[in-house]
Amino acid sequence: MDAAFSLLVSSLGLAGIYFMLAVGLSLIFGLMHVLNLAHGAVFALGAYVALGVMESMTGLPATPRLVISFAAAAVVGALAGFLIERVFLRATYGRSYIQMVLTLGLAFAVTACLAGILGHDPIQLPLPSWYRDVTVIGDSRLANGRIFIAAFAAVAFVLVWSFMRRSSHGLVIRAGVENRSMVQALGIDVAKSFTLVFVLGSALAGIGGVLAASFYGTVSPDLGTRQLIFAFIVIIIGGLGTVEGTALAAVVVAVMQQYLNFYGPSGSGDIVTIVLLAAVVLLRPRGMLGKKALA
Amino acid sequence: MRFTRWSTLLVLVVVLLAALPVLPAFLLPGVLPAPSTAPTSLQVLAVGLTFASLAMTFDILHGYTGMLSFGHVLWFALGLYAPAVLMREWQWGFFQAVAVSLIVTALLAVLVGLIALRVVGIAFAMVTLAFAEAFYLLAKNNPVGFLGGDEGINVPASSLPERFQAVADAKYTYWLALAVLVLIAGVLWYCAGSRAGRVWLAVRENAQRAESIGLQATRFRLMVFILAAVLASLAGSVYLVIVRGAHSEMASADFALLILLMVMLGGSGRLWGAALGGFVYGVAQLRLGALSTTDLFESAPSWVAGPLQEPQFAIGVLVVVLMLITPGGLAGLLERLPRRRESALRG
Repeated sequence: MDAAFSLLVSSLGLAGIYFMLAVGLSLIFGLMHVLNLAHGAVFALGAYVALGVMESMTGLPATPRLVISFAAAAVVGALAGFLIERVFLRATYGRSYIQMVLTLGLAFAVTACLAGILGHDPIQLPLPSWYRDVTVIGDSRLANGRIFIAAFAAVAFVLVWSFMRRSSHGLVIRAGVENRSMVQALGIDVAKSFTLVFVLGSALAGIGGVLAASFYGTVSPDLGTRQLIFAFIVIIIGGLGTVEGTALAAVVVAVMQQYLNFYGPSGSGDIVTIVLLAAVVLLRPRGMLGKKALA
Repeated sequence: MRFTRWSTLLVLVVVLLAALPVLPAFLLPGVLPAPSTAPTSLQVLAVGLTFASLAMTFDILHGYTGMLSFGHVLWFALGLYAPAVLMREWQWGFFQAVAVSLIVTALLAVLVGLIALRVVGIAFAMVTLAFAEAFYLLAKNNPVGFLGGDEGINVPASSLPERFQAVADAKYTYWLALAVLVLIAGVLWYCAGSRAGRVWLAVRENAQRAESIGLQATRFRLMVFILAAVLASLAGSVYLVIVRGAHSEMASADFALLILLMVMLGGSGRLWGAALGGFVYGVAQLRLGALSTTDLFESAPSWVAGPLQEPQFAIGVLVVVLMLITPGGLAGLLERLPRRRESALRG
């Protein structure tokens, strides 16, 4: 019982990381029909920004450094997203396939660049001591870091969700996901939304990278690639272009994966999740809450 | 006219490559680690040729029939793992093991193809990725006990055919890689030119239209899928002879996506373009690291030299630049050259 409860908290932490990575991917694909394979690299970049901040600003206590890490990772992520969209994708609008290959090239270039400068091996991320402590509730021992990540992602979900529901920008994005040519026909500049979605999604991915680095305790160049596959699973199961679907699917995938990995044979959770991806694509291609099928 | 010129050139390249181990040795600094006839050099070239074979099998799916598979790596890995397991667990001979591995690949390709081909486009890419990733996780975590886990499966030289055992005899391995490259290129070239090959192009260009004139797109897609899988598996078995082991890295999603980059680097939709991309990357991934000992690199700061030694950095940047200039890759650039000269003469 106690193990099951702390596993649940841990799963929700993992779900938070999946959500931060997947929500941008989902909105970008939903709106622009581009599978942004560089998203994982932005995620890894965020983790390295945190590493840089935590290791260099040693004059400050660890907690403010962590706060600065999040802010810096968000800014770097947003800048990266802005550059990818404005410099590389804008030059190839209308050719979503070439755009995907471009982002794949960027993904490998950025990941290998990080590996070339800082090495392939995982580097330990310094964290505040409260982050590593455990809180005891009843007979369950809950890792503070996991609780923090889950809570952080929940707040991010509420913010992104209300942005999409309450703001006029969100309205245009939602309409664009549903029928882009109709939005254009109404005289709305969708290209602005493209940039917005890219900047927002990449900033969230950058923050997600910090969360992931703190979840695993280490930073390595392949951090993003490993998570990206699970992010694919989350966006497809959740349904493309929906924030709620992404959040729901992130929880479902993370809980299933963690429990099976823990109680089943080692690695079985990962394999079952992968099989689930194929099953959903084949049997319910529009996902849980999506309106459009993946094609 | 252009066709004859290209095919003469290709035959010439193949003949030169075949004669390389017996021709007088020459140095190719940067590309080859030793004189051209040395075993280490032939080993590097054999890897390049095998990656070229793999890239061509991907391109018949991608460039010719318009199917984007993120899981093509599964078939290459199967060609590595299936013979390695059969040879280690049951002491089978190499050729028997490869023959059975090809049959297993074909059967599995029918199964995976029938499932994955219910969808097209990115969805197809995702389903194929799921299958390949499932195999990768199986091989890496090794719950079944015979897939080697993190260490992979080593194939002792003594279990290989005699010709391929001694490192000093690398020329036979090299010739094997070249022979398989020519075989795969020949089969694919013949198929692409056949009546079925015309249908593949039609399916790529407009599947609905092909359907409307009575050609079942899915059936033709399945045909190409199985063909590409079996040939990729064959390339995998050649790679097994070269590196003498199967490792889960070769089934990873990273490598699956790298195949796409190799093909886009060389030029998709042209077999020789794909082969060029595969060859260049296959050689570069072994040789870029060695560049660090050259003067140019030793004088450069580490944040410049570090990334430049990473083959994935090089291919990533090259593909990004190429995609911005021409989606045809290196082959597209090369094809433009003679035409430019002609128009310059006329102009």
